[in-house]
Amino acid sequence: MRLLLLSALMLLSACAANQTKTTLYDDLGGAPGIDAIVENFIQGIASDPQIFPYFADSNVTRFREKITEHFCHISDGPCLYTGDNMVDIHVGMDIIENHFNRTVDLLYEAMEQANIAHRTQNQLIARLAPLREEIIYR
Amino acid sequence: MRLIVCLLSLVISNSLWAADGKLLATPGISQIEGAAGGGFVPWAQLAGYGSRDEISGNIFCSRGNTDNYHLNVCGAQLGLYDRVELSLAHQQFHVDALDLNIEQRVLGAKVRLYGDIVYSRWPQVSVGVQHKQLDDPLVANLLGADDDSGVDLYVAASKLHLGAIAGYNWFWNITARSTDANQTGLLGFGSADGGSQREWVLEASTAIMLSRHLAIGVEYRQKPDNLGPQEDDWQNIFVAWFPNKYISLTAAYLDMGDIVGAKSQRGSYFSVTGYF
Repeated sequence: MRLLLLSALMLLSACAANQTKTTLYDDLGGAPGIDAIVENFIQGIASDPQIFPYFADSNVTRFREKITEHFCHISDGPCLYTGDNMVDIHVGMDIIENHFNRTVDLLYEAMEQANIAHRTQNQLIARLAPLREEIIYR
Repeated sequence: MRLIVCLLSLVISNSLWAADGKLLATPGISQIEGAAGGGFVPWAQLAGYGSRDEISGNIFCSRGNTDNYHLNVCGAQLGLYDRVELSLAHQQFHVDALDLNIEQRVLGAKVRLYGDIVYSRWPQVSVGVQHKQLDDPLVANLLGADDDSGVDLYVAASKLHLGAIAGYNWFWNITARSTDANQTGLLGFGSADGGSQREWVLEASTAIMLSRHLAIGVEYRQKPDNLGPQEDDWQNIFVAWFPNKYISLTAAYLDMGDIVGAKSQRGSYFSVTGYF
């Protein structure tokens, strides 16, 4: 009986140890996955006549670096976001609701092109969605 | 044929001018009384893809078939700045047993009180009104209805939860409706014996987005039961396809229960909405 209990316990703990928690960062393909998403996203923005004007004066290198950090950080990856806060970045841009959602579409498409699973795409969007209030009509 | 060509051009088009400020599929489709909703239930979302800076207009047609009845509906909606929705629907209900059509016109208005189904912390909440007028009160009178026109009032709450169920986006809507309509008004309003008999009924829909373009869901609509022949609650299972922001196509399986003595009416439903 004791042996049975012991082996059951060992089995349980083995199961627990096996459950290495995968993060959203892992599901997104880690650093290379996020790099691909960001690259596609930047391409999408650059070729969108309605969204590109918001970025016309942006430093692309800095944007790429900071948004990569941001996606990594927000998906529980091993990064710290070192950029400015969302309100400071977007104040004066007066981003309308339509253009915000259009940019969400561009991010969805960027993930699609990077072969990220639909269910994973939704989860990154879900984590970013609460930032909307700090971004639009600023 | 012309209709098919028009529909095809909507499916493949990507250069039309149209309001496009909401995320794909989030305005829902068109319910049988003309409001943005599912098939049976008016939802809290306002019709069309217009965001708070835009006006949108939509047209829709739907057809439901059961063993003994056929419903044809066409209508239009106007969305104003994601605040107000105005709608018009014309219903034609064919009764095989009598070989006649019952026609009804529904004028609707809906106002968004709070929220955004995707982004706000709490569900989006809207209130709406539907004014219904039968063309001819003949059948309603024969069955003992009190009136040939009536007004439904409703409050609806809805939310889309991003990535909520195994990563899929999950949608739900609950609507409470105050009504005295018999079979949505097609069989008149209230009963001659009991008067208006206005009461609150509950309606609900839920759906899973399998992709950004495809939703599957179910609906339930509680119904009053004012007349002699029993009136049952309605249910459906639906699949809605949103190839782009200009058109949606919906197919459903209906379970409408007993309708004026005809037992367990089940059948198919097909609906198309064009968004501009």
